[in-house]
Amino acid sequence: MSDYVLSKDYFVKVIEDLIALVDKRKEYYTELDSAIGDGDHGINLEIGFREVNKNLDEWKNLNVRDFYNNVGKALLDKVGGSSGPLYGSFFMKFGLPVKTKGPDEGATFEEFIQMLDKGVAIIQKRGKSTTGEKTMLDTFIPALETLRKEYEGGTPAKEAMEKAVQAGKDGLESTRNIVATKGRAMRLGERAIGHLDPGAASAAEFLEVFYEDMP
Amino acid sequence: MAKIKRLFNDPYEIVEEYLEGYVKAHKQYVKMCDMEEAQGRVVITNDAGTKDKVGVIIGGGSGHEPLFIGYVGEGFADGVVVGNINTSPSPDPCYAAAKACDNGKGCIYLYGNYAGDVMNFDMGAEQADEEDDIRVETVLVTDDVVSSENIEDRRGIAGDFFVFKVAAAKADTGADLDEVVAAAKKANDNTRTMGVAMSSATLPAKGDVIFELPDGDMEIGMGIHGEPGVRRGKIDTADNVVDEIMDPILKDLPFVEGDEVYVLVNSLGATPLMDLHVCYRRVAQILEEKGITVYKALVGPFACSMDMAGMSVTLMKLDDELKELMDAPCDTPYFTQK
Repeated sequence: MSDYVLSKDYFVKVIEDLIALVDKRKEYYTELDSAIGDGDHGINLEIGFREVNKNLDEWKNLNVRDFYNNVGKALLDKVGGSSGPLYGSFFMKFGLPVKTKGPDEGATFEEFIQMLDKGVAIIQKRGKSTTGEKTMLDTFIPALETLRKEYEGGTPAKEAMEKAVQAGKDGLESTRNIVATKGRAMRLGERAIGHLDPGAASAAEFLEVFYEDMP
Repeated sequence: MAKIKRLFNDPYEIVEEYLEGYVKAHKQYVKMCDMEEAQGRVVITNDAGTKDKVGVIIGGGSGHEPLFIGYVGEGFADGVVVGNINTSPSPDPCYAAAKACDNGKGCIYLYGNYAGDVMNFDMGAEQADEEDDIRVETVLVTDDVVSSENIEDRRGIAGDFFVFKVAAAKADTGADLDEVVAAAKKANDNTRTMGVAMSSATLPAKGDVIFELPDGDMEIGMGIHGEPGVRRGKIDTADNVVDEIMDPILKDLPFVEGDEVYVLVNSLGATPLMDLHVCYRRVAQILEEKGITVYKALVGPFACSMDMAGMSVTLMKLDDELKELMDAPCDTPYFTQK
């Protein structure tokens, strides 16, 4: 157990930076989706995070659990498709491990790992999927496993997260050679080879924001 | 914005604004569901939930008009759940539609088989069951023959129209939910579609086409959201294109000599009725050569992809029950028959 703590401000800043990230990268996500899907992943994320942005000032005063629940619900309601329930449920569950905390409290690093774990678990459940199916889980699962292993092995918190982000990026890169067995790309068979999965790509960049914003 | 020849205001408000216009234009048929959970994304018939019948709910992403919304009305669907462009609706509106259309006999969700739609509609059905004890069953449409070897993995495209019509007509007879499910499954089992695209639809929020298809090229087997198909090549004659898409359709079921079929030659949005009828001519010739009887045909825009150029051919193999259900009267803004 370390004394490394993530403040409430950190958790708000992550969402502010995700809003900016999606706005900046929407064309890239959409371009990846055009190759193997229906070409709107970036736009769908933009629709959801615009809604988050509209309400952010009001939600900032809530505790981490309620703040993330509102972020997730906004994505669930506004986005639809697969990204809506997957990212929406991720954020709705993300705050559960710190549900008893007050509006100014943050979380310990151990709690942060539990939060990511809750979020990734619901993506697996909703998507009925795991690694190797060319989805965002190819980013999230190795990232989470690396984070847990490194931190439990004594790697300092931020460094462990850095390694997790790298594992996520490696996972993203691995989707290039996967024949999709979930989602729209599933029907492409061999023709999906050579293309990155758009959900895995956005997931890798989301995790990087969680890392970059760490103190 | 030179790349996009569309009329809209704020591209992020296009669905809200189109729905506002739709319910005003067709107020004698439909209204906006005013439940909070509907989030302005559920349109229902003026008497939804008041008749002694199974509630028939259809839905999916926007951009396919007249599918899905155009088939809400008398003798057809009771309600539609509307998503963003090419994107399934979210769970709360799916739930609200079930609450609005149920009158004690339960509801059926009917939509094309896409991962996002399945996730959201399933969450809506769970909520209807847990919070209101409404039984909701689902039948997925899987008519696109080239989208997968496995039928249960296939996408739903223009065949939606036949499956919705059959299920809705069955519900109108006062049948129970299991019987409506059985009729919908039978319609789906007997329906096959394949299409061709000659240009991409445009996305208002992108201000551009969804995917690149060089001028003069076509893609055989492309999905109605622009999902890649089976072959790209130069645009060919109507007869050659129809020959190429009819072959996989006929072999898949298979449709054989002596069968009787309902035919739908569907525009993906930008292909004129003139061209569709040229295509239908060839479809009819092929069916005649094979000894397959055309019971009836529909030619026009039924399941579109906004401004995409292209068309699809759908065949449904008929029996007496399917004929009767297809012939049952209905009256909706985009499909009426006596």
